[in-house]
Amino acid sequence: MSDTHAQSAAFVRREMVPPAAPPPGEVGPLRWVRENLMSSWFNAILTVVSLYLIFMILSDILPWTLNGIWNAGSLSECREIRNARELESAACWAVINERWLQLLFGFYPTDDRLLASWFYAEELAAAGGMEAVFGLAADSTARIEFVGEMKRSLGNLTLFFFGYWRPLLALVLLVVAVAPVLYGSLPRKMLLFSLAYPFIAVFLLWGGSVWGPVTVAAGLVAAILVGRVVGGLWGMLIGLLSAIAAFLFIFFNPLGIIGVQGLFPILPHVVGMLDQIMPIGLPAIDSDDFGGFMLAIIIGTSGIVLSLPLGIVLALGRQSDMPLIRWICVSFIEVIRGVPLIVWLFTASLLLNYFLPPGTDFDLLLRVIIMVTLFASAYLAEVIRGGLAALPKGQYEAADSLGLDYWKSMQLVILPQALKISIPGIVNTFIGLFKDTTLVVFIGLRDPLGLTNAIRATGEWNGIYWELYIFVALLFFTFCFFMSRYSMYLERKLATDHR
Amino acid sequence: MADITDAPRDGFRLSQLLYDARYRSMTIQVIAAILLMLMLVELVDNAVTNLAALGKDIRFSFLWSTSGYDINQRLIPYTSQDTHARAALVGILNTLLVAFLGCILATVIGVLAGVMRLSKNWLVARIMTFYVEAMRNTPLLIWILIVFAVMTEATPQPREFREGGGASMILWDSVAISNRGVFIPKPVWAEGSGLVVAVFLLSIAGIFVLRRFARKQQEQTGKQLPVFWISLGLFFVPALLTFFVMGRPISLEMPELGGFNFTGGVQIRNSFIALWLALALYTSAFIAEIVRSGILAVSKGQTEAAFALGIQPNRTMQLIILPQALRVIVPPLISQYLNLTKNSSLAIAVGYMDVRSTLGGITINQTGRELEGMLLLGIFYLITSLIISAFMNLYNSSVKLKER
Repeated sequence: MSDTHAQSAAFVRREMVPPAAPPPGEVGPLRWVRENLMSSWFNAILTVVSLYLIFMILSDILPWTLNGIWNAGSLSECREIRNARELESAACWAVINERWLQLLFGFYPTDDRLLASWFYAEELAAAGGMEAVFGLAADSTARIEFVGEMKRSLGNLTLFFFGYWRPLLALVLLVVAVAPVLYGSLPRKMLLFSLAYPFIAVFLLWGGSVWGPVTVAAGLVAAILVGRVVGGLWGMLIGLLSAIAAFLFIFFNPLGIIGVQGLFPILPHVVGMLDQIMPIGLPAIDSDDFGGFMLAIIIGTSGIVLSLPLGIVLALGRQSDMPLIRWICVSFIEVIRGVPLIVWLFTASLLLNYFLPPGTDFDLLLRVIIMVTLFASAYLAEVIRGGLAALPKGQYEAADSLGLDYWKSMQLVILPQALKISIPGIVNTFIGLFKDTTLVVFIGLRDPLGLTNAIRATGEWNGIYWELYIFVALLFFTFCFFMSRYSMYLERKLATDHR
Repeated sequence: MADITDAPRDGFRLSQLLYDARYRSMTIQVIAAILLMLMLVELVDNAVTNLAALGKDIRFSFLWSTSGYDINQRLIPYTSQDTHARAALVGILNTLLVAFLGCILATVIGVLAGVMRLSKNWLVARIMTFYVEAMRNTPLLIWILIVFAVMTEATPQPREFREGGGASMILWDSVAISNRGVFIPKPVWAEGSGLVVAVFLLSIAGIFVLRRFARKQQEQTGKQLPVFWISLGLFFVPALLTFFVMGRPISLEMPELGGFNFTGGVQIRNSFIALWLALALYTSAFIAEIVRSGILAVSKGQTEAAFALGIQPNRTMQLIILPQALRVIVPPLISQYLNLTKNSSLAIAVGYMDVRSTLGGITINQTGRELEGMLLLGIFYLITSLIISAFMNLYNSSVKLKER
């Protein structure tokens, strides 16, 4: 056939034509623009409109942000500098520059002794000066003036690292404690540190004698060991009860709660004795002094850690065969979810004392943590219930037919799957919880938004809004954005369905 | 079967309470019941002791005493001479108002943002992603404060609306945005306006009847009526005709600058606007995600199948995609409405007089009845939530896939 063709046709191509380059509209950025921005006339209009909008917004915001004034003592000074530079608009970032420590830590006291040694090392002044000053009473004029002068000359960054080393160390250790939980590739031994972390954090943040947390931790370890030896249901019960007791102690005891100490009257004596033998401790700090973004992290982290187990228990309870248990769980969940968090916080601050034994008066911060935990656990319970309901019935039946008892089947078969399905919802609840920590401002805790009001109330910064709000918003955004990205990572990592 | 499950019938031993699956759940429940009772008794006992120590009792009669405080936004007549109960009612209505309007605006913005986030246009999709992430990852309280600051700090004072003051009213001199609030025209109902309203309501009812009729006819004969255009006509024409025939009975009272503030028109307070806008913007980000996931949840095969049947694109959207997407969208959407309603209690940040500020705020402060006040407040929110979730359950059961 090819021969006849060769004779009948004037020209036959004998080799392949080299592929031509695609037309210019089909390659590179041009193609991308055509496909993603101009695929139809409607899309082209949308692109133009969006570009215009972006231009309008950026032309307002960018000069304002970039021309920002970082060094000024007050808002009026900022305005003078702006007028001197003949700028149309300029952010007054000086307020952040001056007050960022306050926004982060509220009125948490700095470690003045450490600062002073740093100060003297820098100044190379007489070594005796420090002792002379710190021998004075904390509220004496000479000392206050000295500390004020010292802080001014040291600068905010030194203050951050040396004055606030306690919350800072607690935060760094928090990252270390959380890391093995978040990333499975880290050594499992690190989980031991995660278990010890609550005690370390309470000691670092609230201070006081080191023997309080140590005794409680030792008691907890002993109880768990006893539980192990006894074994079975009773062992589990002992472990659980001692964990609850330890929780009560670790949170209540540094705060001097009479009611809880009354339950175990020996503990304060043991702690006191140990403290006399070997006095190790940090200056005690009252939780009234806690504030700033630190407060959001403390409430948020405790709420997240405590609400997850409670949420799981509630979700299981809601699915239970036992009508009474189910009824209790359902009413708890519905009542908590039906009422806004603000109302619960007001309840915690106004009403909780009515329902406690006469004479008990415990810390507002702790009440808030408990309320936030209960609130988040009800939402978590609903999310996890969704996960439980989404599992095929066969999984439950398979676990039963293997002869696993209820807790074993939940632990080994049902919960791993149900929790995996509910990861997005769980993390969303956590993000919500973290954001809701701002609401504590309404019951008088000094959260970052409350501190913006306090800053605005001073003469120097009266009338400054945007810079403070932007700073606080960025702080929250960073944390929440990290959480949402982590949940996406976890979903991808745990995905077992190959679609 | 019966042979296997029948247990040996020897005598009952005490250990069976713990080890026999038939009795164990009973044991656990009895223990739980006892613990619950003990706890309740303890709580009530403590409350009674504590209240007695303070010389208080639990009574709700304070609701019928004179409130003595003013409320700056009210949907029903109220003066400081009215009772606390009426103040609470004013607050409840304010809460419901901001929640209702917030839900509407949040839905509109949220649906738009959700659809636009799925847009093929890269730029639009990115902008919407930015919007959604920024809104979802920062606390609502910050947004409320920011919008409030914009409304009070970045808007002109009323006196700047004078000649040469630099500010001017928008929308043909009918709306003034000032730092004292937004002033909009107020409709004045003259004689005969009732008829216009009645005709308007009737024509809306007519639209519903028409739609039902059109659907029935399509199902029976397969013919489609131009429903949209007829509805549009019905919506405007009869009401406008009556309006002009009756001699234009409804007129607008424009806000005018007088003295130091605007007079006439309706003043919408900045507190309301800040709360409303912030709630709507914040919730809209969540709604956008719900809408997006709902649309993505309908598998592509459905669209392809519809096209294969020769159904046109807009009908495909209307008849195939939307009904299936709505089944995924509506339940979380309603729970967002619920969240918005509860979040409206953040009114405290801007001083909007909602139910928490009246019943749960000033009333409690004035009467010292925090236990009763908070209880009533909680019950109000609980009932609202339960009603909304009842609607959701109703919807859920109506659209549930009928499975065997």
